[in-house]
Amino acid sequence: MTDFSSPKGVSRRGLLQGATALGTAALILPASVRRASAEPKRGGILRVAQASGSTTDSYDPATWDSQFVQVLHTARCGYLTEIAADGSLVGEVAESWEASADAMTWTFKLRDGITYHSGGNVTAADVVASINYHRGDESKSAAKPIVEAITDIKADGNNVVFTLNAGNADFPFIMSDYHLPILPSSDGKIDPMTKDGCGGYIIDSWEPGVSAKLSRNPNYWKTDRAWFDGIELVSILDSAARQNALITGEVDVIDPVDRNTVSLLERAAGIKILATTGTQHYVFPMDTRVAPFTDNNVRQALKYALDRQEMVDKILGGYGSVGNDHPIGPSNRYFNKDLEQHSYDPDKAKFFLKEAGMDRLNVQLSAADAAFTGAVDAAVLYSEKAAAAGITIEVVREPNDGYWDNVWMKKPWCASYWGGRPTEDWMFTTAYAAGAPWNESFWDNARFNELLIAARSELNEETRRAMYYEMQDLCANQGGTVMPMYASYVMGMSDKVAHPEVVAANWTLDGFRAIERWWFA
Amino acid sequence: MNVLITLFWIAVAIAGAMAAGWLFRAAAVALTRGGTARALRTAPVTAGFGMLVILLYVLVALFAPLIAPYAEREVVGAQFLPWDSTHVFGTDNLGRDTLSRLIYGARNTVGIAFATTALAFAMGAILGLLAATVGGWLDQILSRIVDILMAIPALIFSLLLLTIFGTSVPTLILVIATIDSTRVFRLARSVALNIVVMDYIEAAKLRGEGLWRLITREILPNALAPLVAEFGLRFCFVFLAISALSFLGVGVQPPTADWGSMVRENAALITFGDVTPLLPAGAIALLTVAVNFVVDWMLHRASGLKE
Amino acid sequence: MSAIWTMIAKRLGLGLLTLFVISVLIFGATELLPGDLAKNILGQSATPETVAAFRRELGLDLPAHTRYLNWLLGAVQGDFGTSLANKRPIADLIATRLGNTLFLALYAAAISIPLSLMLGVLAALYRNTIFDRTANALALSSISFPEFFVAYILIFILAQSGLFPSMSRVDPDTGFAETLYRTFLPALTLTLVVTAHMMRMTRAAIINLLASPYIEMARLKGMTPMRVILHHALPNALAPIITVVALNLAYLITGVVVVEVVFVYPGLGQLMVDSVAKRDFPVVQAVALIFAAAYVLLNLTADVLSTLSNPRLIHRK
Repeated sequence: MTDFSSPKGVSRRGLLQGATALGTAALILPASVRRASAEPKRGGILRVAQASGSTTDSYDPATWDSQFVQVLHTARCGYLTEIAADGSLVGEVAESWEASADAMTWTFKLRDGITYHSGGNVTAADVVASINYHRGDESKSAAKPIVEAITDIKADGNNVVFTLNAGNADFPFIMSDYHLPILPSSDGKIDPMTKDGCGGYIIDSWEPGVSAKLSRNPNYWKTDRAWFDGIELVSILDSAARQNALITGEVDVIDPVDRNTVSLLERAAGIKILATTGTQHYVFPMDTRVAPFTDNNVRQALKYALDRQEMVDKILGGYGSVGNDHPIGPSNRYFNKDLEQHSYDPDKAKFFLKEAGMDRLNVQLSAADAAFTGAVDAAVLYSEKAAAAGITIEVVREPNDGYWDNVWMKKPWCASYWGGRPTEDWMFTTAYAAGAPWNESFWDNARFNELLIAARSELNEETRRAMYYEMQDLCANQGGTVMPMYASYVMGMSDKVAHPEVVAANWTLDGFRAIERWWFA
Repeated sequence: MNVLITLFWIAVAIAGAMAAGWLFRAAAVALTRGGTARALRTAPVTAGFGMLVILLYVLVALFAPLIAPYAEREVVGAQFLPWDSTHVFGTDNLGRDTLSRLIYGARNTVGIAFATTALAFAMGAILGLLAATVGGWLDQILSRIVDILMAIPALIFSLLLLTIFGTSVPTLILVIATIDSTRVFRLARSVALNIVVMDYIEAAKLRGEGLWRLITREILPNALAPLVAEFGLRFCFVFLAISALSFLGVGVQPPTADWGSMVRENAALITFGDVTPLLPAGAIALLTVAVNFVVDWMLHRASGLKE
Repeated sequence: MSAIWTMIAKRLGLGLLTLFVISVLIFGATELLPGDLAKNILGQSATPETVAAFRRELGLDLPAHTRYLNWLLGAVQGDFGTSLANKRPIADLIATRLGNTLFLALYAAAISIPLSLMLGVLAALYRNTIFDRTANALALSSISFPEFFVAYILIFILAQSGLFPSMSRVDPDTGFAETLYRTFLPALTLTLVVTAHMMRMTRAAIINLLASPYIEMARLKGMTPMRVILHHALPNALAPIITVVALNLAYLITGVVVVEVVFVYPGLGQLMVDSVAKRDFPVVQAVALIFAAAYVLLNLTADVLSTLSNPRLIHRK
């Protein structure tokens, strides 16, 4: 069986039940919780407080970057495909899809009878225009690099045909990216500022940086979704204020929970904590072109000089798991279970330093909480532990402002994070392939690059697995990225809020879709 | 009942503080001689208490490495350990000893705050008095520059400057001092304006006193009281500025301990009824109260009131 | 009196000049900040091509002086343009937030100014007594706590018990009484933050005058201490008090971003911080100018009042 052709001819519901083989990503709840979340029912206004949201947020899908807009617009819009709670891929606007034998041509068949809030039907031309908006020279879209492999999009009756510049077995996954909503078009162009969409909720009002109010789309095509009558999204930037809002009952769900005080919040009455462990991970990428990081021995020494478990305990409040210096998590399909786990070992670090011809190492590590919450603290812990291996890490706290522009991929060693990608190829291509715009360690490993291309169009499951296993090994033992931990998404909610047994872990808030997947008990 | 017990302990604390202040004054009077001793004898008990606290802070700041049970940045255990005999005030979010961080915090925070305030007053007061005395175009230019600087909100302005120039300690001191000095300038100028129209200034000018002498001998002594009062407050605003800046993501470089950032890091605990963040906040408050008690005494002496 | 009017006219003219200089300064500062809107909106996902395309679309590829002049031309005609980030007209963006900011500032001022003047006068009257010391120590402790910390403590005491809401969410439809109720905690926080400064200045300014011969004279005439202070000391102590009150009022309008964040109150401070972070230059300019104008006007009022309180200044040669 090839993993990409399965959706053809299988009903959506059948797929949901049949595709759990991929689904170690999701959270399986204990039986006691399961009973409580029994049958979904309609009604109520869900109030969600999130830590992001800025007065500069916009309707334009090219610019979506913060959780607030991601959740808001996922509720408003439909996408070609959707990542189900169990990690498998299901159709949304597309009913099914099939690929040519070389995985270079993909045909998506659109679902009948999906309408926009304004009334019109979703057409193949809309899909073409919606994806084209992110392509081409004039595109300013954050999603441009991920649609760059598309050389042509054509509407063909009720089908949309994509032609790629190389085979990609995981292409339909890319079409679920949050930047790529299907919007109404005219003359082959979408209006990026439109408030229209074909999702389960209609935006009634939105004051960027403050709050948004949505009401249920009465004509929504999914009959087993969108249980709430209305939604209120609030942005509460301060973590203590967010917790207070939940404790005093002014909101029903908060995301994220401050990991420093999560243990105290757990004890509060009427409040439950939901954590999902997916692909989100925190990294300290080194610029492998700059001394001393050019020497793999130095990189290996640094990988043995941090206490990963301590970081999980202290930075994540226990809500996460240790990383192994490659971006593929236990929830991924081809996670390498046999790879040796890097752990804190000052002697080994000293050994590698000696191999590099040094007794002591002095390096600077730049961090700001813009990279991830607790990045500065994590760097401080790193520096404390590394001292035992003769490594002096000077932590440089950079301003949050302009961090991605000024520090990331500019300073030789800094903190960064990845929400993760649903497929191995997507993740490696984005951040580890030589020449990729976001290859944050500027790593260029010939064997790795060769495997990446080969694995992308490899249809034999076992061969493909072996390739990805080797790539993880290369990344972990030769790569330029220290990856201390996978961070769970930690949400707090009133116990009146119910959710399905399986909660998606690809993004926070049930893959940004809590609004249409959850209900009031 | 709880209220009564709290009130009782507050009363005990106040009585204890007064007793300590009284003893300190007595000791100070005994140890000094001449004018100082005479001045000290007139000091109220509160001023004695204030001086005692300041002295203690200075000692703690100077001898931090000797007093602190652990090193400033040392990770000694799990995070948020409760208060017990090994870690008197528990541990912080990274498992560092809170007491040790408080003690080192005295050194860093008080040092930064003092340097900043002193610099701000040196710049602000001199320019302010000069502007008021000379008047004319100098006054116009300085006042307009200060107007412009002050019209940009302080917090946002310092955020901008720190983002542009980085957040090392010297930059932090310079930026906050510059912004603070505009406030001092306004006050110094407005107080001095009321003085320069006095007859004795006119007389001094007629005597042919130089500008510098006029400012330092005639105007400054008479403008000193409100300036000293302002000093006591500005001092504490520096802590607050650092704390607010760390709230917005710029502040003192880790792993340096400073009270403003410590309040910020642990503040959320208070909403669960945990009093740990009150420690650094209380340390700032105690110092502020102490400094201002001494300031009040000096103000009283400066006013020449005999009562 | 005409001297006062000339002064006001002169100062208003200078105020306009100040605003102009500030607009140049703010523009310069946003230019000095690393990155521009395109880079900051795209954040970690920015690539050189998309940033370049974004810049072209927004006109950020034009030279700095052209962009500034274009903005200035619009601004003098009353058109502050649209937000670069989400294309909303700046007037819309600012209108409700300005209202919210002014409301909260006035609310806090209405509590704190009478309170601090009263406490200041009483502390001067009963100087060096237990009352004076306690009032001082309490006021000083309350300003020694960072704003967000005061806010957390108030939330812990007053919101978790259900007396007041922990979030001050208001919209234009909220009634006046309801708005007063919902914004009570932020107003109280701000009161605690500004009272000590004004109270201590009042106290200090009055005490500073108490040794003056004319006060001595009033006292010798057998006036009650309260009357001496209210009728003789206070009028002459007004100048520094007014200056400090104006400073604090300006602070209440321009400096409360931290309180806005904690109480989720949509004011101008948050708008300014967000816009600076994303380099949304037209919004930064508009908010900065509003803040500056508020400051200039308050300052002018303070100076006029100080001058009126001291006749010698009016007739200064």
